[in-house]
Amino acid sequence: MVLVFFTYFALVSIAAGVLTVALKHPVHCGLALLTLLLHVSGLFILLNAEFLWAVQLIVYAGAILVLYLFVLMLLNLKTDDRYLHSSYLYFLVPAAIGSLYVLALLVRSPFGGAKGDAPTVAVLQDGDTYAVGIKMFSDYLLQFEIVGVFLLGAVIGAIVLAKTPKPITDKRAR
Amino acid sequence: MVPLSAYVAVSAVLFITGLLGVLIRRNFIIVLMSVEIMLNAANINLVAFSYYLESMAGQLVALFVIAIAAGEAAIGLAIIIVVFRGKISTNVDEMNLLKW
Repeated sequence: MVLVFFTYFALVSIAAGVLTVALKHPVHCGLALLTLLLHVSGLFILLNAEFLWAVQLIVYAGAILVLYLFVLMLLNLKTDDRYLHSSYLYFLVPAAIGSLYVLALLVRSPFGGAKGDAPTVAVLQDGDTYAVGIKMFSDYLLQFEIVGVFLLGAVIGAIVLAKTPKPITDKRAR
Repeated sequence: MVPLSAYVAVSAVLFITGLLGVLIRRNFIIVLMSVEIMLNAANINLVAFSYYLESMAGQLVALFVIAIAAGEAAIGLAIIIVVFRGKISTNVDEMNLLKW
């Protein structure tokens, strides 16, 4: 059953990613990106990460994508005839060869490693949100604060950048 | 039981798709969307390793990645608005103000 869901989410998210890159109209690309984000959140559910599922839905699909669509609506873009880079074939062929090589390496490798301190049974007992919260506010508190300061800086920077510049001679003319 | 390498393969395919999008698309907004695809691929990788290696650290880093993606989207779209106001174009080939 998990295999069926994994196949569905994986195939649809890859297809949506390809469509995001390949579609011509930017709004269609945005909607394909929405499909990708929703199916990636489905993969998170399969991996017992329901807190990240909720964050993915709220932050990515709810906030970031709406921001993209707002900007697309504000800019009123016209679709160009030549929407790809002029020499994109030079990128496409090495990318295909390289990705096939990486995939062949990935499928063969066992990915062993030392287990951590959060076995699945213990996580399922209290829930993923509990486990993430305990870990975040004990071991990762400094990183959490840094991300908060970073987001504040991003907000201020976005406001400063997007503000309409005031004409300099405004005061003197009065 | 889905093997870990299947998740990593999906993540690799998505990452390469996003990288191709950054390289071959010329619309600045689509380039930013491709960066989001790459960040999502990295998140799949982090969460998959966090599940299979039974550690919580991967999910926390994925959470930070989502926060940084939000900041990146805000700043990137503000830059697009500034450029669009001055030059009426979102083509990345025509943005060469910082080119030496």
